[in-house]
Amino acid sequence: MLPEAAPMENPHYGWGFPPDVSTYGAVIDHLIIVIHWFMLVLFVGWGIFFVYCLIRFRQRPGHKASYESAHTKFPKFLEVGIALFEAFLLIAVSYPVWSKLRYQLPEEKDSLVIRIVAQQFVWNIHYPGKDNVFGKTDPKLISDSNPLGLDMTDPASADDIVSVSQLHIPVNKPVIAKLSSKDVIHGFSIPVLRVKHDVIPGMVFPIWFQAKETGQFEIACAQLCGVGHTLMRGFVSIDTPEQYDAWMAEQVAQLIPPPAATPVTAPTTPAPAPATHE
Amino acid sequence: MSQNHNHPTEHHELNWIQKYVFSVDHKVIGIQYALTGLTFLFFGFCLMMLMRWQLAFPGEPLPLIGKLFSDTTMPGGVMLPEFYNSLGAMHGTIMVFLGVVPLAVGGFGNYLVPLQIGAADMAFPKLNAASYWSYFMGGVIMLISFFVPGGPANSGWTSYPPLSDIASTGQTVWLLGMVFLITSSLLGSVNFIVTIVQMRAKGLSFFRMPFFVWAQFVTSFLLLLAFPPLEAAAVLQLMDRVAGTSFFLPSGLVVSGNPLTIAGGGNPVLWQHLFWFLAHPEVYVLILPAIGIVTEIIVNNTRKPLYGYKTLVYSVLFLGFMSFVVWAHHMFMTGMGTTMSSFFQATTMIISIPSVVILTCLIITLWGASIRFTLPMHFALAFLPMFAIGGLTGLPLGLTTSDIHLHDTYYVIGHFHYVVAPGTLFALFAGIYHWYPKATGRMMNTLLGKLHFWISFLAINGIFMPMFIQGIAGVSRRLHTPTMYAHAQAVQGTNVFMSCSAWILGLAQLLFIVNFFMSLKNGKKTNDNPWNGTTLEWSTPTPPPHGNFTKPPIVYRGPYEYSVPGHATDFIPQVQPN
Repeated sequence: MLPEAAPMENPHYGWGFPPDVSTYGAVIDHLIIVIHWFMLVLFVGWGIFFVYCLIRFRQRPGHKASYESAHTKFPKFLEVGIALFEAFLLIAVSYPVWSKLRYQLPEEKDSLVIRIVAQQFVWNIHYPGKDNVFGKTDPKLISDSNPLGLDMTDPASADDIVSVSQLHIPVNKPVIAKLSSKDVIHGFSIPVLRVKHDVIPGMVFPIWFQAKETGQFEIACAQLCGVGHTLMRGFVSIDTPEQYDAWMAEQVAQLIPPPAATPVTAPTTPAPAPATHE
Repeated sequence: MSQNHNHPTEHHELNWIQKYVFSVDHKVIGIQYALTGLTFLFFGFCLMMLMRWQLAFPGEPLPLIGKLFSDTTMPGGVMLPEFYNSLGAMHGTIMVFLGVVPLAVGGFGNYLVPLQIGAADMAFPKLNAASYWSYFMGGVIMLISFFVPGGPANSGWTSYPPLSDIASTGQTVWLLGMVFLITSSLLGSVNFIVTIVQMRAKGLSFFRMPFFVWAQFVTSFLLLLAFPPLEAAAVLQLMDRVAGTSFFLPSGLVVSGNPLTIAGGGNPVLWQHLFWFLAHPEVYVLILPAIGIVTEIIVNNTRKPLYGYKTLVYSVLFLGFMSFVVWAHHMFMTGMGTTMSSFFQATTMIISIPSVVILTCLIITLWGASIRFTLPMHFALAFLPMFAIGGLTGLPLGLTTSDIHLHDTYYVIGHFHYVVAPGTLFALFAGIYHWYPKATGRMMNTLLGKLHFWISFLAINGIFMPMFIQGIAGVSRRLHTPTMYAHAQAVQGTNVFMSCSAWILGLAQLLFIVNFFMSLKNGKKTNDNPWNGTTLEWSTPTPPPHGNFTKPPIVYRGPYEYSVPGHATDFIPQVQPN
């Protein structure tokens, strides 16, 4: 089966960083930019010295190499300078930012809490519904119409929404996503939200993100997960609160009559085009 | 300190097979390693050239040779994703384990270490032969895997479970092949360590050893200590696949809607720890011999002593030690806690310091030199800036915060290829051009060599530089059809450019192949020391006979006595008394 490339008119992307619609991504981008300036300065500095040496000390009649080595303290200063700068990046930037992004999750009561369950080759997105409680799941109950194995005898399952590869989140609200996988390791990545985390079976990782702009973007799989790795493309729609509520109402409407789950696409078909919303 | 018990002169006539196929002479084994390694390098590169067609023109049939492929790989010349994944996994495996390591350690190490330390052979010649044949078997097994049902391994060269545990038969064959390759490296590394410690010529103290020998010495320790965990891990994964164990499989796995009937309770991250505990030191196994080669060639062609010889030695020892405590920086996205990630970020920053020291010493060696722009010197000099790019681009990947955006993107591929391809491979080419006259008694053609250099230099940067652009744009690795994603479509033009560069690079290697074989017959004849070198290998007859030296050499001085004031020539060989 050969995937058809999705024809896309997308004004968001070009060379350079993808747009950053997250509330915290600027620090990541700035760090990358600062490191690249640092790299450039070092590389150009070395490069100038290197080329100068190649020209000035080329072999030619009358020119002799000197047995004595260059006497200079410059390399020591350079080493110490580089070490100090790296220590600064490490201690002042990377440690605190990483800790904030990964281990200081927002309060669950102020956030949208969802589960993202990866499988070859779709992202199942599990919303807890009105009761804010995820229904119980059991791998034995997994079927085509019940990709998460939701236990419908659990009352908490009744209002749960399962969306396949279509993530809807409200803008300006923290989202806590609990990542897990049914089969192999996947990599959950939303480039525009500067979110990336491995999704490893047997483990659950809570990550968080918060969008500051609305729009339609992509979820990518970052980790080789099998023959359909390329096809494991999802969509994220960052909605205004009104749009989000309307979408949620639409999903809830489809829940009736119970206990049918939400529409499911076959796992191997290419992901559908992004949904549009009024 | 050194004895040559196995006296070089005692040997009886050998027939052709004993002499050139099942030889125990380190030089023959070195050349066998080098030729097999070069062949695999070209083969591994061909796999990539096929993949580059799919990346540049996704879904379009490959012209001309596309029809030669079977319906399970490229029906109608269009590459299937499963074949793409196989090619990717095998490209990585072949380049690292069957190409670069055998050429750098097996080839250059075997050929040069005994010569440079003034030994008649390796300490254990039969072990040496066993090492080569174990490698050869591993290579054959990897090639056989192309013909098993389902094709060769397709879970990446890293073979992460559970994907690799549930992959087709090719993965089992891959694991078997790896066991042979790892065994080969273990046998070789023990041999190098004993040889370097025990068999140095009289007067050759540790701090008179050429830097290349130091590099091989540290490399051997890395191989010895890092490979056993991977060997164990490979056997565990093999058991998961064939004996129903669950070392790397957690409970409750559901694949394609069907629950797996396994015991469960394993952990896929365990594999990653075991794998990277090998594979990070492995990076230094790839780069240290290259740095050794480049150092020898730069010193020889600057005609002056090496700047900071002892600093370099201490740096390389420190580098070797540190390489064992950075492995988990490959796994920042696997949910490790702040303590762990802080530790591995810190060690990763620390390991950049000795690399900077090495690079700086080599560049400062140029100051006050009289630089001879020989053919090998071209490659050795080009190594420096490209290795620098490879090293510098490791910085944003080594800090977890910037790694969030760059992890598992093309930026990573660009980074490690700059270290290994324009870096190590250029050093290896430099080495071949430099020691070819010693091994054959003839020079390689300079014009063809310079063409090979300049085309390769431009093309290889054309392949890897745009990867940084793709990485910044957020393009994931290992995508069969990059145009599936809008953010990847935006930089699709770079894929066409990179693919064209790759094919040009492929063509340029034909110049090298032609040069290599033509020069065997038509190359200009040389004397024993065509580059006016100082180290011991230049004091042997050319090509060195079985047993290497006509009489056991005695070493009187350090390895790099160039342009000594008041001396008639601008070099004093180590064996020259005064």
